[in-house]
Amino acid sequence: MFVFIKQGENKMVEAQKEEMGLPILGQKAPDFEALTTQGTLRLSDYKGTWLILFSHPADFTPVCTTEFMAFAEIYDELKKRNVELLGLSVDSVSSHIAWIRNCEEKMGVKIPFPIIADLNKDVARKYGMIHPEQSKTETVRCVFIIDAESKIRAMLYYPLTTGRNMSEILRLIDALQTADKHKVATPANWKPGDPVVVPAPSTAEQAEERLKQGYECKDWYLCTKKIPESE
Amino acid sequence: MPCVSPDGKPTTSGMTTLKALKNAALSPEEIAVKTGQPLFRVRSGLRELKSAGFVEEAEDKYKLSKTGEIAIQ
Repeated sequence: MFVFIKQGENKMVEAQKEEMGLPILGQKAPDFEALTTQGTLRLSDYKGTWLILFSHPADFTPVCTTEFMAFAEIYDELKKRNVELLGLSVDSVSSHIAWIRNCEEKMGVKIPFPIIADLNKDVARKYGMIHPEQSKTETVRCVFIIDAESKIRAMLYYPLTTGRNMSEILRLIDALQTADKHKVATPANWKPGDPVVVPAPSTAEQAEERLKQGYECKDWYLCTKKIPESE
Repeated sequence: MPCVSPDGKPTTSGMTTLKALKNAALSPEEIAVKTGQPLFRVRSGLRELKSAGFVEEAEDKYKLSKTGEIAIQ
């Protein structure tokens, strides 16, 4: 009897985990089709461009309003990097429309990107956007950076109380795209123009050779190089 | 819907896409370049226009249907 109960509990826990979803770095981003302020959109509509999918707790709330204006302000910079923005909350399309009109009328900021109306929480569950210890009904402040091949490359989760930092989001995009383009890594507090980290050698021979390649090396495992501006 | 209004007529952005197809079958990427619309909106809009019968798809390219040709006249 005890065994049956235990198995039942385990199945329930597994089912809850599956329902909540928990994306993993490097995996294909969960597909979706969702109603937005710019029509019905699918994740596959973004193939070939990078996408920042981000959630906010609710329309017409103060921190979210400051964040939306901040996202709108970096939109042109993101487009230069082949990145699109897609917002999400569990509010309706009508609420989203009223809110973005309010942002334009009262704050003078036009919101140029679409916002998912995830009333039934389908997308929120797939991406693990609802954290019951924060709120059982609202999405927390998530950011999913999805590359042109629809892979999840970075995730940020902020609590309801704390607005996100747009400079960090832009820096993260620059770091990921630089790492892809030049097959390098980026050190702590890196910003465009700073030296990048040459990947650690995997053999003793490579370790010996890299010391002769003109990199700036603190030791055999920590070497950096500058990327020419023209690249 | 961004490209087809509730009364079944193409919206302004829908008409932009239809006019881009006036003389040639184009891929979504080509339509995005020609119209200046973001690629995600072109793909979403083409789904609607196809569903409403304004465009036809063949080998990853889209062309006007008879209904689409009439709509842009």
